[in-house]
Amino acid sequence: MSERPLIPVVVFPGSNDDRDAVRSLELLGARSMRVWHTETELPRGTAGVVLPGGFSYGDYLRCGAIARFSPVMRAVGAFAAAGGFVLGICNGFQILTEAGLLPGALRPNGSLSFVCRDTALTVVTSHSPLLGRCEPGQELTIPVKHGDGCWLADDDLYAELEARDQIAIRYAPGANPNGARADVAGVTNAEGNVFGLMPHPEHAVDPLLGPTDGALILGSLVDAARLSAAAPV
Amino acid sequence: MRATVLVRPKQGILDPQGQAVESSLRHLGFEVGETRIGRLVDVDLPTDDAGEARAQLERMCEQLLANPLIESYEIAFEAST
Repeated sequence: MSERPLIPVVVFPGSNDDRDAVRSLELLGARSMRVWHTETELPRGTAGVVLPGGFSYGDYLRCGAIARFSPVMRAVGAFAAAGGFVLGICNGFQILTEAGLLPGALRPNGSLSFVCRDTALTVVTSHSPLLGRCEPGQELTIPVKHGDGCWLADDDLYAELEARDQIAIRYAPGANPNGARADVAGVTNAEGNVFGLMPHPEHAVDPLLGPTDGALILGSLVDAARLSAAAPV
Repeated sequence: MRATVLVRPKQGILDPQGQAVESSLRHLGFEVGETRIGRLVDVDLPTDDAGEARAQLERMCEQLLANPLIESYEIAFEAST
């Protein structure tokens, strides 16, 4: 129905990739806008939501631990529970894990160094519309830039996620920048409508910035949102 | 009353900060084994009922102060002065 689905980008105090996310989503055919974290509702007609990278509330205590209690997160949680598509990038991924919307936790990089570089990734999952433009096994190059990207899960949780095809993408062999368990770079929820990843697809859409594989991830979100906009949640 | 919450990375959780400090201590000539880094949170509570305070602190830990997936916590009360 909607040719240009509405995909707002939430802005927390400290977010700094929100403008890139808005611009990339618009380049890929969505309508986008920034939504301040104090909003209690998502804009009317929202068909997908992005939680962007950067920081939030100083990331005191743990990254994302305080942002998860912001007013807008209640709306995001309700949107996700109703099947709405939610993509969390970097700090957005951290917030989604802290909010319990995605499995696992993100700890400081094993090296304790901030990493900022293009990174080779391999697509794993086939069940999430949020990777609809990708094939399992497909290789992508997308930059990472984070200090706390070491994704962890205990043995039981990890086995469960693997069995349910919730491991979305991994760093390519030898390319793990942070010590994450089993090279995990991104995971989805059980239903596949919530997806979080440490790499930054919004920085890999405009060829001016280098690789453009980020368009496959954000483009998948635009596709999914366009389909769901026919039946708004 | 005043309480102290100790939050620690769970056993088996990689603690690169602890490893870096452990290695620095060795460089300084100290003989140390595994060194881990957690977090200490002092909280003043408007109650003198230790049971009630503990119940509240446990809720605080579950909701915010610790991430139960990766951290354990311990609650201690300061002797009243």
